[in-house]
Amino acid sequence: MKAHIESEPLFMNVCIKGELSNYKIYPSGHHYFSLKDGGGSLRCVMFRGSAMKLRYRPENGMSVLAYGRIAVYERDGAYQLQCSQLMPEGTGDLQLAFEQLKAKLSDEGLFDRAHKKPLPAMPEKIAIITSSAGAAVHDMIRILGRRWPMSKVLLLPVRVQGVEAPPEIAGAIRYANEFKVADLIITGRGGGSIEDLWAFNDERVARAIYASEIPVISAVGHEPDVTISDYVADARASTPSNAAEIAVPDCDDMRNHLNKLEALVSQSVDAKLRNYRERLRNIGSKSVITDPVTQIDNRRQNLDYIYRRLIAAQESIVSKSRRNFVSLAASLDAMSPLRVLSRGYTVASKESGETVKQASELKAGDKITLRFSDGEAGCTVDSLKLNN
Amino acid sequence: MAGKKLNFEQSLEKLEDIVRHLEKGDMPLSDSLKLFEEGTALLTSCNQMLDDAEQKVVKLKKGPDRAPIELPFEGEE
Repeated sequence: MKAHIESEPLFMNVCIKGELSNYKIYPSGHHYFSLKDGGGSLRCVMFRGSAMKLRYRPENGMSVLAYGRIAVYERDGAYQLQCSQLMPEGTGDLQLAFEQLKAKLSDEGLFDRAHKKPLPAMPEKIAIITSSAGAAVHDMIRILGRRWPMSKVLLLPVRVQGVEAPPEIAGAIRYANEFKVADLIITGRGGGSIEDLWAFNDERVARAIYASEIPVISAVGHEPDVTISDYVADARASTPSNAAEIAVPDCDDMRNHLNKLEALVSQSVDAKLRNYRERLRNIGSKSVITDPVTQIDNRRQNLDYIYRRLIAAQESIVSKSRRNFVSLAASLDAMSPLRVLSRGYTVASKESGETVKQASELKAGDKITLRFSDGEAGCTVDSLKLNN
Repeated sequence: MAGKKLNFEQSLEKLEDIVRHLEKGDMPLSDSLKLFEEGTALLTSCNQMLDDAEQKVVKLKKGPDRAPIELPFEGEE
């Protein structure tokens, strides 16, 4: 019975359209699932060898086209589809794989802006991880050399196509980091079909780029090609040539910049010197410098003026003193004893000429002289009467 | 400050710093002239480095101890 069914040419090469359900992967590596449509269900198995070729992750509910042959599982007595190829319907399997990996890595944060490292402004060493054959590597070396020959280029040759490519690319990125061979990495390849570029949609490559301490520029294919590497890298270049342009400054631009700096340096010092010269000129135009004689004459005139004021002051002091003297003399005159005499007082003096100040100095019979303002009178003391 | 030679980027940074100082202009003339001299020397050395630069390209190969060995690269098919 089994042999009968399995040798039926109609069942040997079938293509069945349906929706995936009950998708299970066993430790053996075989995949088991059912295909359902509106009314029915078909059990399917995909053996390890075929399942390993799947690029995407089949999910329940997915519309697929399953290719294979009808076989009988004797133990259950049931027929099933032995699926050799499972294609997503409506979109290519690679496209689906790409979207699935993109969503997964995005969820994990591998594309986050915050994780992107700034590229060095003027890298001293640039590691190029690509095929040593082909136009891409030569384009990059040529453009790097033209723009910025100061950067040393280190090529880490890898295969960029085929099953060996992803581990080789990821390995080279890790190796470059391990030995710190450069301060910038460019990895990529020239244009090709989506299959040709597939290594740069590989999860291992994406994770190696993400883990790289050295900033990475991803440069895969042509302008419209976008790979997972492009999303995870620190910078994305549209082509390998574009990567070389992003990686280094242009030495012609740098020369212009240096010329500008040179102008700024001389200008600022010139401005400073001009400023000092201006100040010097201002000081030079002051009259002390330009006409010292007038300055001296002016000073002399000042001196004359001060001298005149001094003389005038002196004179006024003298005349004031004179006036003081007159008034002092007048008060002196007022205090003169002669003046007292003129008011009717007299002064008595002994024969010795000594002025008599007290009656007790005298005795009866003494001869004294009385002085008046207009003359003298000789007198003899008749009697004395002293106050107690 | 004697020491090892500055690379291009370090020289350029220093030069730009000098230009900023000079543009502020709030320093004595003797200091300005000293910076001017230093700036001119840096300009000369930067231009010299650009003129003298010659691209070096090597191919890296894993050595017996895994450390990289540099080999000449002339391009291959």
